[in-house]
Amino acid sequence: MKKFLSIALVLVLIVGCFAACGSKAKPEPTAGATPSAAASGDTIKVGIIGCQTGEYAQYGVSVMNGATLYIEQLNANGGIGGKQVEIVNYDNKGDSQEAINAFNLAVDKGITALIGDVLSGNTMAVVGEAAPLNMPMITASATADGVTYDSESDTVYSNVFRTCFTDPFQGEKMANYANEKLSAKTAAVIYETGNDYAVGVKDAFIAKCEALGIEVVDEEGYATGDVDFKSQLTTIASKNPDVLFFPNYYEDDGLIATQAREVGIKATFIGSDGMSGISKYASAADLEGTVYCAGYAPASSDAVKAFEEAYTAKYGTDTLNMFSANAYDAAMVLCNALQIAEDAGLTAGTDEYKQAVIDAIRDKSADLESITCNGYTFDEHNNPVKATNIMKLVGGVETFTETY
Amino acid sequence: MSLVFSQLINGLQSGSIYALIAIGYSMVYGIILLLNFAHGDIIMVGAYVAWLVVVNLSLPPALAIALAIIACTLLGVVIEKVAYSPLRKAPRLSLLITAIGISFLLENLAQLKFGAGAKNVPALITGPALDIGGQHIGFTAVLTIIVSVVAMIGLTFLIRKTKMGKAMRAVSEDMGTAQLMGINVNSTISFTFAVGSALAGIGSVLYSCAYPQAAPTMGSMLGLKAFVAAVLGGIGSIPGAMIGGFAIGIAEAIVSAIGLSVWKDGVVFAILIIVLIFKPTGIMGKKINEKV
Repeated sequence: MKKFLSIALVLVLIVGCFAACGSKAKPEPTAGATPSAAASGDTIKVGIIGCQTGEYAQYGVSVMNGATLYIEQLNANGGIGGKQVEIVNYDNKGDSQEAINAFNLAVDKGITALIGDVLSGNTMAVVGEAAPLNMPMITASATADGVTYDSESDTVYSNVFRTCFTDPFQGEKMANYANEKLSAKTAAVIYETGNDYAVGVKDAFIAKCEALGIEVVDEEGYATGDVDFKSQLTTIASKNPDVLFFPNYYEDDGLIATQAREVGIKATFIGSDGMSGISKYASAADLEGTVYCAGYAPASSDAVKAFEEAYTAKYGTDTLNMFSANAYDAAMVLCNALQIAEDAGLTAGTDEYKQAVIDAIRDKSADLESITCNGYTFDEHNNPVKATNIMKLVGGVETFTETY
Repeated sequence: MSLVFSQLINGLQSGSIYALIAIGYSMVYGIILLLNFAHGDIIMVGAYVAWLVVVNLSLPPALAIALAIIACTLLGVVIEKVAYSPLRKAPRLSLLITAIGISFLLENLAQLKFGAGAKNVPALITGPALDIGGQHIGFTAVLTIIVSVVAMIGLTFLIRKTKMGKAMRAVSEDMGTAQLMGINVNSTISFTFAVGSALAGIGSVLYSCAYPQAAPTMGSMLGLKAFVAAVLGGIGSIPGAMIGGFAIGIAEAIVSAIGLSVWKDGVVFAILIIVLIFKPTGIMGKKINEKV
């Protein structure tokens, strides 16, 4: 009897561990950050939708703040052709059904374009509604391939754009970087098997390495929550790769870096944007020379510094991150397209107007002074072709070195 | 061959930490028949103490090591006095539930105080890696194994050769008779908790050297694996806990080395189930005939 009791208790404990980290209280929805327009007839309405409360609120709030900041700056400088841009903001609480409802509400309010959604799943739900309306939309954070492209029917959602990288894009970039800048001949990967992001980046990295002629000598996985990677790293050490790629999040990456040096791996560490923040989780000596690609490099240019200053003054530093920077860019790309449609003398909300905005986003965004890259061009799947920011660990500091 | 040797060292390193924690489980079970599920969380507290001392108070690492071990020892004794000692006459199930409650209390307190994310514990002890005949062995691996073995030898001496050790063995054998023989049962039990928790404190320091992060739930999986080690070795037996700990560590290393790292935890719990089905007394456990 005691045996069964102890097994049962073990199970209870395991379940308890998961339960403890799962649920979080949902705060009250925030009031929409809609600046009251002087006269609704003279405004251009733009929707912002995202998960501004709930478990993923940090992303949604960053996106809302970044986009709102740009639009308010634009309005303060006279708006678009004398018209103010009015924000119609809805919180979807991270729920896809809520996202669809929010989108329909925004359409009823008369929006002519949308910045959002934030999470990939929510965005795909909104795309289902927005595609038939040909509603121009630009997301700052949804990284899944399926947001702009339906692989089953091989159709591109021509109205949907994004300013963030896709997951595979980073893997390919880092494979190229390893080949070109690090002259790597062999590579190894250690990744979290239960994490879609890590798996997506890893698959693209390995495929690109093979295409470039870099031999991937070992590919090791680990389960979510593991802290001991020595056995996998010992196997990797025996194969002595030139580079070791970690497409994971920074806390794990820090442990991996420390243990990799301990088992004698001398390879250069390379990573994807999840590595951002690793400097706090491993020693400067172990990380020296590590490189990763980031969507946004803090204080890397005057434009970025001006953005950071304005953002911090208004919202503080808590939500200043890649998401807010990408959202600022998304608003910039969209408002530029709205300007072009306005200049053509079209009426906001009409089909021609929407098509003009879509065409302008796709074709006329290359010369913008955006903050995460030098202007936007889009590939055949409406994904941005933008340079990544290469960050290098120098003396324990994550330093912006170049755009690549 | 060299790869096998390296993997063996990896297994021995994590195994030493499991063994140190498993001994705490076994000692407490041996004396009051309680599975002290809060034991793993004592490690967590130790790691946070080390982090606080080094990062927030900017004191030297040597002091952090000492304070972490002292904090763990005191915490173990306080938990025993506050939570378990009032329940000495209560059914054992009440004690077990209390232990689980304490475990959650500690985890959630840590989460409340320090947040859910991990804190990086700076290197407490550093040293050069060893190269023995072309074999690269990390410093923390050598340190962990040596310190654990020394701690275990010390513990064996304490139990076999000292008066307090004799008292512990007596209380463990028969609490009532021990009391009649003039042994102070309460202080003996407290002492057992103190020793078990001090070993957990040493484990916590070694763990922080190898995996330098403190997180609120870090103790739960560690504690469960140490519990499996204690059961495998035979719960209540101290040499058994050592053997069990090393066996679990090496089993994990083998599973990871053959490319099944994702199944590591699964294999550990499969071992628990197999032991409970086929040899519930474990490797070194004694068969106890309970009088009805």
